[in-house]
Amino acid sequence: MKKLLLGNAAVARGAYEAGVRFVSSYPGTPSTEITEEMAKFPAEEVFVEWAPNEKVAAEAAIGASIGGGRAMSCCKHVGLNVMADPIFTDSYIGVGGGLCFCVADDPGMHSSQNEQDSRHYARAAKIPMLEPADSAECKDFTKLAFSLSEEYDTPFFIRLSTRISHSQSMVELEEREDAPLKDYEKNIPKHVMMPAMAIKRHVVVEERTEKLKAFAESSPLNEIIDNGSDVGVVAAGIAYQYAVEALGDRVNYLKLGMVYPLPDRKLADFAASCKKVYVIEELDPFIESHMRALGLSVIGKEVFTLLGEYTPSMIRAAVFGEEKREHALPEEALPARPPVLCPGCPHRGTFYVLKKLGLTVSGDIGCYTLGAVAPLASVDTTICMGASISAAHGMAKVRGQEFNKKLVSVIGDSTFMHSGITGLSDIVYNKGANTVIILDNSITGMTGHQDNPTTGKTIRGEATKQVDLILLCKALGIQHVSVVDPFDLAAFEKAVKEEVAREEVSVIIAQRPCALLKSVKYTGHCEINDNCRRCKLCMKLGCPAISVDGDGKVHIDTSLCNGCGLCVSVCPFHAIEKKED
Amino acid sequence: MNVMIVGVGGQGTLLASRILGNTVIDLGYDVKVSEVHGMSQRGGSVCTYVKFGEKVYSPIIDEGEADIILAFEVLEAYRALPFLKKGGKMIVNDQKINPMPVITGAATYPENILEKLAAVADVTSLDALALAEKAGSAKAVNVVLLGVLAKNTDIPKEAWLRAVEGTVPPKFLEVNLRAFSLGYELA
Ligand SMILES: Cc1ncc(C[n+]2csc(CCOP(=O)(O)OP(=O)(O)O)c2C)c(N)n1
Repeated sequence: MKKLLLGNAAVARGAYEAGVRFVSSYPGTPSTEITEEMAKFPAEEVFVEWAPNEKVAAEAAIGASIGGGRAMSCCKHVGLNVMADPIFTDSYIGVGGGLCFCVADDPGMHSSQNEQDSRHYARAAKIPMLEPADSAECKDFTKLAFSLSEEYDTPFFIRLSTRISHSQSMVELEEREDAPLKDYEKNIPKHVMMPAMAIKRHVVVEERTEKLKAFAESSPLNEIIDNGSDVGVVAAGIAYQYAVEALGDRVNYLKLGMVYPLPDRKLADFAASCKKVYVIEELDPFIESHMRALGLSVIGKEVFTLLGEYTPSMIRAAVFGEEKREHALPEEALPARPPVLCPGCPHRGTFYVLKKLGLTVSGDIGCYTLGAVAPLASVDTTICMGASISAAHGMAKVRGQEFNKKLVSVIGDSTFMHSGITGLSDIVYNKGANTVIILDNSITGMTGHQDNPTTGKTIRGEATKQVDLILLCKALGIQHVSVVDPFDLAAFEKAVKEEVAREEVSVIIAQRPCALLKSVKYTGHCEINDNCRRCKLCMKLGCPAISVDGDGKVHIDTSLCNGCGLCVSVCPFHAIEKKED
Repeated sequence: MNVMIVGVGGQGTLLASRILGNTVIDLGYDVKVSEVHGMSQRGGSVCTYVKFGEKVYSPIIDEGEADIILAFEVLEAYRALPFLKKGGKMIVNDQKINPMPVITGAATYPENILEKLAAVADVTSLDALALAEKAGSAKAVNVVLLGVLAKNTDIPKEAWLRAVEGTVPPKFLEVNLRAFSLGYELA
């Protein structure tokens, strides 16, 4: 049967058909749907979970593989940084059941804080990497990776990028293979990585890489398409699709399905068969540098950018000097439409208060990063998941107690479980006095509503134990832990003022569920009445439903307003009323 | 054929592109649908591409290459103008949603966009929100617009209806079929 599938769904399908038994991941755009799709397969066939972070997820998958089952862990590019520690060593251990780490890069940063190129990890960790170019390849390559993983005794990377993960194309569905659980064997020299063992395993890794290079030379994954031209293009993944769209059969191609290790001889022969060779790859010159190191003459980043996504027209211009298709342009510069906190978002109450109090806000990653966008513009820093707490600790230590009295960290519930707990224990242990606000909206919001250890539900929606954030903070040694509703502006403001003034570490749990959760039912809408004095205080909320017209009159767009009522409590003149529909 | 669907995150552009994708595979075309997930869904500009034909390579549509642009919001239609092929068609829902820079006063919402578009392109505009409400749900704006799109393609109506039935949850099917017809009959 043929089906239109998202790249991510096709990876999940490939893993399913390969008989995968265990999948553990932490969400991250653009990789999230792989694991969500896995959870649609029967629980008797595959155990699927959200882990608290990528390191835990990868370790769990490694354990499942050592335990004899085929296993997978998926993440976004920055998730791979968190995953890096276990996988560098797992490269030495190899696998029991086949093991895949699936990583999705985000060129153009549609939904990310940096634009790193995860192919470097393949070389650095000596783990082979396949890169599919459409949904059909997503499925086929994933399946293949599981069997190659067992054949070569190595974990495999599958590398995706936003346009592969998030585009749908045709896939032929097949039956699930029977991949029986392998016998568990105690094997200390292979599974216990301490110097004496690891020294020997490193030799195995280098030998394995040589064997994989030979595989790369002969494998149809790396395919030459000879169109009888004297111009050649080397490309992989989405860049290959852009190249074919742009250049058609006017050039020859070496399409690489395996981007690490690279086939040296194939690259050299291809280069020798053409007068001019272009390497077309988004982000870093990974293939290009390799070809140059082989002494091959190629054209790459001198004509293609290191930044953002490519387009077919960009490639046509670089290779053949051809203009873009004719097109019209707007007559004027257009206002941007950046993402905003949704109507009813609990984070709006939090940032309104933090802005009002003029605090320095050590921020983190999640929907609440949007607290940096005007008019709230409250967040001072965003680095990586968990850094709100640890970075505030460093800031407070260098700037002293007076600065600390105007400093807070904000961190979401999922992010706190991901990597906030360790930072908080650093503060307690090293006698800090920071105030940390956990924005507990009962869900992992940013990536589209995934459950996490604080929500009380598993990925399959089953009830489970729920982390008690209060007890957890107390166990870390924090005496002052309070729970406040961020929509109760007065109470929230009071709590923040008290806790920042305190010369001891404290945690405020700002608790109110995400407005988009099905269980949350705001009704009606808000309206402006005649008491309005056009003070525009309500505009400071940055609610997308509230705007001012040319005459300075304030309006609420009832098609956007969900009746959350936050603006009602902000207005000092009782000029906003809640109306039931 | 290249169709670009643009709007504001949360307006239902994703479902529209999936229905269109399912409509055309049913007819035996090769198809790619490029979607937007994550950050930009939070009320930002969103844009999905649906490309179909004998063989599709790139899932994205370049400037000057969209045969039809289906716009859920006026400013987003204007933003997408560079993507329209010369002689291409725009179908625009006449709803206006102020982006945050306009709300804060840092920018102004451009005036007379529909007239400006009509001067350089073949534009059909409609109040899809009113029609969706008439069909029974403001959320059905996307399917009203698909109805208009359907009338502007050679794809048989039955193929569209099959895809709507196959994509929309049964609970909302009736409303969506009504919404589709209202769009279809309008064009
Ligand atoms: C290491 C890493 N993994 C995953 C992500 C993707 N990501 C960004 S924010 C976020 C979770 C946000 O959830 P939460 O902290 O609960 O805040 P909310 O969005 O609900 O406000 C995730 C998974 C990332 N940026 N970095």
